[in-house]
Formats: sequence, structure tokens, C-alpha cells
Amino acid sequence: MFALLNLFRLSQSSTMAPRIDALYDFVFWISVICFAGIVGGLVFFVFRYHRTRKDPGKTPYITGHTKLELGVSGVLFVLVMIIFYWGWEDYKKIITPVSNAVEINVVGRQWLWEFEYSNGRKMTNEAVVPKETPVRLILASADVLHSFYVPDFRLKQDVVPGAYNSLNFTATAAGDYQVYCAEFCGTAHSKMLATLKVVEPKDYERWQAEWELSQRLGETSASADSDAAVGDMPSKGGKIFAERGCTACHTVTGVLLVGPSLKGVFGHEVTLSDGSTVKADENYLRKSLMEPVAQVVKGFQPVMPTYQGTLSDEEINALVAYIKSLL
Amino acid sequence: MSDAQSYLQGGGIRGWITTLDHKRIGILYMVTTMFFFAVGGIFALLVRLELFQPGALFSPDLYNKLFTFHGAIMIFMFIIPNIPAVFGNFFLPIMIGAKDVAFPRLNLASYYIFVAGALLAGMALFTGGVDTGWTFYTPYSIRTAGSVVLVTLGVFVMGFSSILTGLNFIVTLHKLRAPGMTFHRMPLFLWALYATAIIQVLATPVIGITTLLLVMERVLGIGFFDPKLGGDPVLFQHFFWFYSHPAVYIMILPGMGIISEVIPVFSRKHIFGYKAIAYSSLAIAFISFLVWGHHMFVSSQSPLANFLFSMLTMLVAVPTAIKVFNWTATLYKGSIWLQTPMLYALSFIFLFTIGGLTGLFLAALSVDVHLHDTYFVVAHFHYVMMGGTVMGMLAGFHYWWPKMFGRMVPERWGKIAWAFIFTGFNVTFLPQFFLGQQGMPRRYHDYLPQYTSLNMISTIGSWMIDVGMLIMFVYFIGSLFRGKKAPANPWDGKTLEWKVPSPPSEHNFETVPEIAHGPYEYGVKL
Repeated sequence: MFALLNLFRLSQSSTMAPRIDALYDFVFWISVICFAGIVGGLVFFVFRYHRTRKDPGKTPYITGHTKLELGVSGVLFVLVMIIFYWGWEDYKKIITPVSNAVEINVVGRQWLWEFEYSNGRKMTNEAVVPKETPVRLILASADVLHSFYVPDFRLKQDVVPGAYNSLNFTATAAGDYQVYCAEFCGTAHSKMLATLKVVEPKDYERWQAEWELSQRLGETSASADSDAAVGDMPSKGGKIFAERGCTACHTVTGVLLVGPSLKGVFGHEVTLSDGSTVKADENYLRKSLMEPVAQVVKGFQPVMPTYQGTLSDEEINALVAYIKSLL
Repeated sequence: MSDAQSYLQGGGIRGWITTLDHKRIGILYMVTTMFFFAVGGIFALLVRLELFQPGALFSPDLYNKLFTFHGAIMIFMFIIPNIPAVFGNFFLPIMIGAKDVAFPRLNLASYYIFVAGALLAGMALFTGGVDTGWTFYTPYSIRTAGSVVLVTLGVFVMGFSSILTGLNFIVTLHKLRAPGMTFHRMPLFLWALYATAIIQVLATPVIGITTLLLVMERVLGIGFFDPKLGGDPVLFQHFFWFYSHPAVYIMILPGMGIISEVIPVFSRKHIFGYKAIAYSSLAIAFISFLVWGHHMFVSSQSPLANFLFSMLTMLVAVPTAIKVFNWTATLYKGSIWLQTPMLYALSFIFLFTIGGLTGLFLAALSVDVHLHDTYFVVAHFHYVMMGGTVMGMLAGFHYWWPKMFGRMVPERWGKIAWAFIFTGFNVTFLPQFFLGQQGMPRRYHDYLPQYTSLNMISTIGSWMIDVGMLIMFVYFIGSLFRGKKAPANPWDGKTLEWKVPSPPSEHNFETVPEIAHGPYEYGVKL
């Protein structure tokens, strides 16, 4: 039964992951031995001393065995102190920052993750980090508690409003890794997902250099992002819609989450929370991105963050085109 | 024994709701807390139903309210009051040869304070609900809509009930023991209740203050916890867990006490290591005050605090393991009678051992960084709270029901229900360890597809538990009307409650008993 635990192991993609798994396995085998001892004892005694096979009147008068109890306690004490010290040693490695780490500012907000590199590059719900290079995420919250959790790295750090926290790691394998919010933060807590892309250091350098060059040449971030640059405007908008975390709160199918569904919104009258109505034209959609709490749809809370300064004009155009296409 | 009237007879409705008899108050608590157990259980079923597969059955906000109500009702309205207030009230005075608790009026008052607090908190169901989780973490709990104030005030009020019950038990145990009933001749259930009462009296005021601060912040805008108002959200976690960790032992110690009664009786053996079990209860109560920070290893509390809390938490393993070891050793060379109470007691040891051992993973700092706030934690505390306390409670119900109501429980149905509950419990919660190991965070309304199969198994398990619970409910109620009449001592117990009629008379004892030996005098001295 317990052995099943190891069937479900995730990839070990940070330097800490194998260390943490090693202690996990140590505790696991200690547990298996203790569990087998106790349950083996229970089962054996129940069969061996079952009442139907014994004269119920006669049992020996045993009130305890102090030396045995002390011995068990002593062995256990030593074991748990080993577990404690091992955990502490590895924990020190987790929290100790490495110099020359790539630093990325991360802001958690209901319900998306914003990343900003030291060169000013911003991303939402997605970040790219180099392999085998120390990375330090500087975590802050715009609203309530969140927790930045990467299971494949075995690492997690609560994100506390009003303070900075950091999460240090060195990724050891390239790939896309799931990021969760692990501290309950409200309605779309389970949709507060991000992807951490680990790439080869030289690819990372090139990826950043290309962007920096495009910034100097005055191109927009949208056109620098090769993925989003492909296709017609609505499909570009659809990609941005997914990448920027819009899907945590808005569906395009008519299902209501935290925010209204965007299906068939364009061109229709929308009732606002103050009872007035407005036609959902291009300007309304644009204003809803720039000043989301100014005209809130009736029945919803004014909780959407502004995208002022994080979306380029081209990206806004693409998003509006995408929403127009949702009939 | 005598012709004195059973405590169950006479007085009518009025006689029940104004009763000062500790046994009747215990029954009032039983009806009330088991009602909340059922309500909390229905919320649990709905939570598992949403998680049966990915996608949305309920809206996210509704789901968040469902798991909040499940947790808050189970913790504050069921598991904290249940065993002390039901079995403690009923049996503590009888077990020490007393006619009642020290302060019968205070005892009744504490029941009505509990009801008032529960009503206050329950009103939240009809005024928008609460979606913070039972932990009320700030600043979310300050900013979210809903009835946080009602629920936290309800918790505040219910806290007084807990304090008064604890106080009553401490005084009763010190002042009302019959001649010859020394502390070391007390049944171990009472040692457990004594340790529990100490925690209730010392820790509960802290949750009271904390909920009041939260209410002041929400209503008056005084900034204790919200950084926007100059507060510190992590401070709330310290305050909250300073109560709520010791409260974990308020929940589990009484269950351990019941196991310490059932095991020797159904093994016909003296308990193995009486003093070790008795004093380990006190040791656990003491250490429980020093480990609250293990809920906060990744909260940004200082590394030094993490160092100390991790080390101190490991110490809890020692007195806890000694109990498990001694219960198991009690079976050695016994005469084991596998009646339903014993099945639940053995299940307790089985499940609680898993719950306790998985606690080691979470107490180890580096491993906790991975497992914190995942389903591993959910599985761990359900193995302790439901696999431990609820199994202890069910052992207690089957063990003491004949004494409380004078009727036997049908053994065959008892075993069938046990099989459903024990199997269903493992089917529900064992997969959650794997979910947590794979990184599925808790309090998730929806999950990624790779977690589907384990969640489905878990939800199916929850249905098995409920089939068992329904069978049990039917046969307990049925036994009141059609059950075989119970003799005074159906299990050959040695503690004092088995020396009075089933059900006991109003004053328990016609003459004050004199006690000459301990509670588990089985076996032949060699």
C-alpha cells in the first residue's frame, strides 16, 4: 500500500528536488517499518489471542515494562531528531540566496502571476528561466496571500502583501513546469496558474537579447513575441487572452466565473452595476482593459486589475478583435 | 442493584431542557453535536462531488463556501465539543464516583452558550455564507464579502462554552473524587479529559481575542492584520495557530482516552503502561503549546522560528508513539473479543498510526516546503481527525450506548457499518496522499486532468463512508425502541460506570462508592 507512494513521483527538476525526495524516502521507509510493526503486532495478537480460542478468564497480569517503553521512546527520539536535522540542513540550502542569481520580480494578484525581469520585460502567467543557473524570484502580492508553488522543483513560498519574500532555485532540466497558487486567495484560486519555462542558458540569452534589441528599435513587445505575431488579429488576440491570465475569470463559452463571459458581448447593450446601460463597442472594451473598475457589469465585483502599461496598443487591438469574433 | 428511577425518565420536555443532570446535559450535547456532524458531512459529500471530475459542478464561490462550512462546522461545532461534552459530561462524574460535576448550573449554561454561538455562526448560512476557509486567513477574510463577522463571533461565543466545560472538569476531578479514587486509580479517559481541559482553559481565550480583533478590523477598520491598514497578515496566523494547534489536541486527546478504555476491556488485560499513557497526555498538552509555528514554515516566519518549531514538533512524536505502542502491547497475551467497539478501537490505532507517521513528513522542514498546503496535508489531518477522533468517538458510542440508554446495539449491523466506514475512509483519504505528493494544492475548486483518477476514487470512498454512517444511524435509533435490554455490565468492564444500572439512576450512586484498586484489574497475578 505504502509502496504506491513512489509510483506517482514527479520529475526532479531543481537541484533541491532530489535532496527533498531523499529525505521524503527516508521518512517513508521509517514509516513503513513503524507501521508494519504496529499493524503486524495488532493483527498477530488479534489472531493469536482471540477470545474463542482462549479461556476468557485467564490472562496474565502485566502492567507495563518501563525499560521497554523507555527504549522505544529513546530510539524514536533519536530517529525524529535525525529527520529534523536533515530537514533543517536542506531547508537552509533552500533559503540561502546565491549571488549572481537571475532576479525576477513576481507579483501575485487575484488571480494571475505577473513577472518582470530586471531589463523591464514583463510577462503574465508565464516566465522563462535559464537552466543550471541560480534564479531568485522576488515575490510580492498586490492584494491577499498567495503562494508560489512549483511541484517539479519541490519548492514553495507564501506571497505576503506588504512584504517581499524570495524563492531561490536552480533548474536542472529544460521543460515547461506548472506553477500553482497554493494559498487560498478567493474565487479563482484554482485558476491562478502559470508556466515556468526552463531553457538552455544560451537560448535564454538570445531570447532576452532579441527582446532588448526590439525594444531599442522601437518595436512593440507583441511583434517581438514570435508566437503572438503569427496569424490574423483575432487569433493573435486569442493567444494574448490565454497568456495574460484573462481565462482565470472570463470564459468565451457563456459560463460565468468571476467575470462575465465574453461570448457575444460585442455590439450589445450591457447593464452596469449602477443600473445604467452602455453599448459594448470598441471603446467600452478598451476602457474595460485600462480602467476595469470604472464601468463594472451588473452582478460582478470590481476586482479586475488594470492592464494600463502592460498591454501595447497592438495587443489591445488584437484583444478587441478577438472579443468581436466571439459570436 | 436498586429500584431508583433511570435518569432518562420523568420531567417531560421541560425537565430535559432545564436539566442540571450531567447525564442529560451530555445527551443534549450528543443530539446537537451529532446534528452538526451530519450537516458537516453533507457539506463534505458536496465538496467531494465537485471534485469527482475536473470542470465545474458548482460555481467557484459556492464551492469555496462549501469547504469553509465543512471545515468550520466539523471543527468548531462537532469535533471540539463532541467527546468531552458528550462522553465527558456523561461519564466523568460516574467514573470518579461522584453524583455530578462540580458546577451543574455552569454545565447547563455552557450548553446554551454553545447553542447560542452555533446559531450565530449558523446564521451565516442564510446571509451570504463565508468563503475564507475555517482558518479565516487575513487579509482575505477582511476584504471578502460574506458573513465573516457572524461566524467569527459565533466561534468567540462557542469558545466560552469550551472554557467553562474545561473548568468544570478540572474542578470536578480535583474535588469530587470518591474516597480511595486517587489520581492514579482514575480511568485513562479521565486523564485525557484532564489534559484536554487544561488546553481548553488556557488556549481558547486566544482564539477569542483573535476573532474579536478580526471583527474590529472588519467592522471598525482598525489595522491589525491588513497591510493596507498598517497591519501584519502573518501575525494573524500566529494568533490563530496559537489556539488552533493546541486545539488539535483538544480534538484528539479525548479520542485517545476512549481507546485506552476500550482496549483493556476487550482484551481482558490490565492496560500496558498506565502511567506512561496518563502522563503522555499531559506531555502532549504541554508540548502542544510550543509547536504552532509548524503551520507556517513557508509563511515567511524567520528561519530560527522554523528551526525551533520543527524540532519541538518532532518531540510530539515521542509521547504519541508511546501511547500507540502501549495500546498494542496491551493486546499481548490478552483474550481479545472483536465486538464493534474493539473494531473501532483497532481501526483507531491503524488509521492514527498512518496519520501520525505522515505528520513526520510535514514536520521535516524541507519536505514540508513541498507538501505544505497540498492534499497531503488534507489526507494527514483527516487520518488524525477522522481516522483518530471520529473512530474513537464511534468506539465510544458502541461501548457506552448500552450504559447510556440501557439497550444493546445489534452486533451484526455494527460490523457491517464498520466495514463500510473503515474501507470507505481509506478509499477516500489514501489517494489524497498521492495527490499531494504530485502537488495538487488544497482548496481547489477545479484541478488539472492528471489528478482525475485519484480524485474519482476519493469521491467514491466518501459515498462508502456515508452508506456506513446511514446504516449506523438507523440501528442506533432502532436500538432505542427494539434493542435488547442491556445488563449493567455487558462487556465486563472494571470502571465505575459498569457498577451502576444501565441506564444509571439520577444520582448515579445510592451510596458513595469506596475505591480500593485501579480501573483495569484484569488477569491473574503470577
